[in-house]
Amino acid sequence: MSMNSVGRPTRPDQQSPGVGGSLTGARGLLQDEALIFELGGWDKTGVDLEAPKFDASDLDGLVRSAPIGLPGLSEPEAMRHYVRLSQKNHAIDLALYPLGSCTMKHNPRLNEKMARLAGFGDLHPLTPVSASQGALALMDRLAHWLKTLTAMPAVAMSPKAGAHGELCGLLCIKAAHEAKGQGHRRTVLVPTSAHGTNPATAAFVGYSVTEIAQTQDGRVDLADLEAKLSEDVAAIMVTNPNTCGLFERDIVEIARLTHEVGAYFYCDGANFNAIVGRVRPGDLGVDAMHINLHKTFSTPHGGGGPGAGPVVLSAALAPFAPAPWVVSGPKGFDLIESPEGEAVQGFGRMVAFQGQMGMFVRAYAYMLSHGADGLRQVAEDAVLNANYIKARLSKVMTPAFPEGPCMHEALFDDHWLEGTGITTLDFAKAMIDEGFHPMTMYFPLVVHGAMLIEPTETESKLELDRFCDALIALANAAKGGDVERFTGAPYLAPLRRLDETQAARKPKLTWKPVSQTPLAAE
Amino acid sequence: MRYLPLTPADRANMLSVIGAKSIDDLFIDVPGVAQIRDPFDLPRHAGEMEVERELAALAAMNRPAGSGPFFCGAGAYKHHIPATVDHVIQRSEFLTSYTPYQPEIAQGTLQVLFEFQTQVAALTGLDVANASMYDGSTACAEAVMMAQRVTRRNKAVLSGGLHPHYAAVTQTIASAESMEITRLAAAIDAEAAVIASIDTDTACVVVQTPNAFGTVTDVSKIAEAAHAAGALLIVVTTEAVSFGLLKSPGEMGADIAVAEGQSIGVGLSYGGPYIGLFACKEKYVRQMPGRLCGETLDAEGRRGFVLTLSTREQHIRRDKATSNICTNSGLCALAFTIHLSLLGERGLKSLAALNHSRARELRDALAAVPGVEILTPRFFNEFAVRLPANAIETVEALVGQGIIAGVPYSRLAPEAGMDDVLLVAATETTTEADIAALVAALKGRTGQ
Repeated sequence: MSMNSVGRPTRPDQQSPGVGGSLTGARGLLQDEALIFELGGWDKTGVDLEAPKFDASDLDGLVRSAPIGLPGLSEPEAMRHYVRLSQKNHAIDLALYPLGSCTMKHNPRLNEKMARLAGFGDLHPLTPVSASQGALALMDRLAHWLKTLTAMPAVAMSPKAGAHGELCGLLCIKAAHEAKGQGHRRTVLVPTSAHGTNPATAAFVGYSVTEIAQTQDGRVDLADLEAKLSEDVAAIMVTNPNTCGLFERDIVEIARLTHEVGAYFYCDGANFNAIVGRVRPGDLGVDAMHINLHKTFSTPHGGGGPGAGPVVLSAALAPFAPAPWVVSGPKGFDLIESPEGEAVQGFGRMVAFQGQMGMFVRAYAYMLSHGADGLRQVAEDAVLNANYIKARLSKVMTPAFPEGPCMHEALFDDHWLEGTGITTLDFAKAMIDEGFHPMTMYFPLVVHGAMLIEPTETESKLELDRFCDALIALANAAKGGDVERFTGAPYLAPLRRLDETQAARKPKLTWKPVSQTPLAAE
Repeated sequence: MRYLPLTPADRANMLSVIGAKSIDDLFIDVPGVAQIRDPFDLPRHAGEMEVERELAALAAMNRPAGSGPFFCGAGAYKHHIPATVDHVIQRSEFLTSYTPYQPEIAQGTLQVLFEFQTQVAALTGLDVANASMYDGSTACAEAVMMAQRVTRRNKAVLSGGLHPHYAAVTQTIASAESMEITRLAAAIDAEAAVIASIDTDTACVVVQTPNAFGTVTDVSKIAEAAHAAGALLIVVTTEAVSFGLLKSPGEMGADIAVAEGQSIGVGLSYGGPYIGLFACKEKYVRQMPGRLCGETLDAEGRRGFVLTLSTREQHIRRDKATSNICTNSGLCALAFTIHLSLLGERGLKSLAALNHSRARELRDALAAVPGVEILTPRFFNEFAVRLPANAIETVEALVGQGIIAGVPYSRLAPEAGMDDVLLVAATETTTEADIAALVAALKGRTGQ
């Protein structure tokens, strides 16, 4: 198999042998499931509605005449279609899901139940405040927990995801600089190991990005940072614990140096799970940090969102927070949606309404369940589990930073695969055949062939051992020359390796009928 | 603690494998000043029952849409969601999976996204759609930024019918990129007024139909004017059910269509999570923000789906990405797709027709209330009325009678000077009794 040695290969070997397919395309009980456009009827519906009393004659000339092109399914057909599709997904409820930087932990079902209480789930965002006091109280209590856990005086609740929180934080920073007559600052410093969202966010709000080098032991290079800090720097964005799974030992000094030149310290809080209940970012000199409620506080990832990314803010940045926000007064809670007077320092608005209320309910239920004591145990068990994996797997794989403990994720490089003809990608795909979701691969970029494993605290020792045993067996097979097991993997998944190169070269982004027959010809 | 599987014996055993004496050994890199020893001033852990009790008490202090006569819209709508939808989205394989980075074991999520993209393209009448954005308002802001990339021009014109929150979000985001935003004064029926502001620096004009006052507009003429000047037309829709009745943005010449998809499959949830729909002409696809799912083949030649064109995205392009967005609204997209698959062409058209009909019933009933004036000339399921009194005060007063009468426009835009304007919406969930209750309450207020 021809392999791209730099970066992640995106194309499978076309000659890869099959495992002896079925006659229908099914794999055992996994059906080969068509698209709804191939299954559905153009005159079929799974919903019964009464007939309208009035027609649309008052909308002459504004009404759609051409067919839309939407197939319908009866309820049993729809149920079967989507349940069959669900079976082609891996999930945290099925096995350890060790995606580094993603914090795939157990999602308590109590939280789902609470978010569906009619008082939350069926509450309109513009309900009069007198009729939504419980929602405002919940936002206020959640904010209190977030502020207490981080030792920060304020929190902007509305950002809808981590990257959206980064945007909110940088807009606060920009507004704060402008208010001080420092609007000329143009640069944001970002370590080379940063999440892609950090430089993307900085560029999105018009800053230019300068990278900071990393030391041999996987931390921010203080000398390089000092050399690049200047009166032109608006902010530094540092993830802590960082994307190598390590705590930035010099974090307090980084903050001091940053403040010394009048810049702000944005902390990417993606890895807060490692320190929640044990370390408060406010004590480290952080000015702004987003908190991924879908990571640390376990709101479900849902196949890629929705998440939530409230941003805690220092006293210096708090006045610039976006609308809306909750205040409490003698008559209960109020929602400030259109700030007036002193509050007009706020930089504007991030979203149409109040943010991800459904996630707020789940995160708050999660916090109440754990309590302060449980949250500290979360961090400790997350870190313990990652170090246990690092200790066990270091016997067969090469840790990127062998010295000292890691935090909540264990990072390996691909030196141990040298000479085997097997890449990180191959190894990851072979894990699928053993029943595990692969770890994060080829990230952070600073480590060659990176494999970033984050087990989280919700794994039992038995599951950790199952996982380690599987990886050790695979590593031994790789070193033993069992190359096909890897280069052709996965063999046992719903599909074999997919051709991503072809997908990008000739993008097919929507279904189109094979024949020229119009969709609604019937 | 019920969510933590490790026992004290496990922990001791694991520490010995690691070669650490205590858990503190694993936190040695944390500076001493930042190590918290004392317990936080927060409660200790609690059982399911206690947690449920506290949250149920908070929920009970709110007045959900389904608990009585209810007429709010303005960007979020009360619709019936089939029970199947919530059942399927709570399946572990959908609920507890992540972004489909490993397509071989994420075909469920990916095929749903492909179906979703096709449905959204069909609804909006455009060629391609992405895998969703956070919500309609952020989709609107992203569309304006995209128009800047496509046209390399720096000015955007926002109509006075654009939802004030959407305008505020767009203004916040686009001005951070030094775009010049011209926001026209609030107007009930003047989408076409944007034409007068188009010049050769204009990247895009943003219009909404049905607009924030419910007014339905054929924007074809605006499209012609924008295109003649080399600008793009962005059409915003906050009520996705309207696609079942009205001409699509694509049919009227839109280059980019964005919408709030909450109305199809997603609950009200006090404003989020919702789902932003984002579609455009094929020729602009490489300037699109957000995730895209595409069709391909696996090593055995079987059809499958993957995330694609990721060279637009932040994890590859970093500071050169089209957007900083890293996620979509995956589970809401699933809910949207299931609901729309259940509806189908026929069901969506019936649902849209029923919504429109209910709104006409509401209109006729309110028109008969002395002192109430209907302001919106052509509407789908929502319209503006002028009350004989301050709208915020009227709505507050009606809360006491168990009625949520609608959204005062001045709550969205206090500066607009429309303190007596109320936005009212009716959907398939609105009953004749609801309408009668509102009419009686309003008559009571006016003393008639």
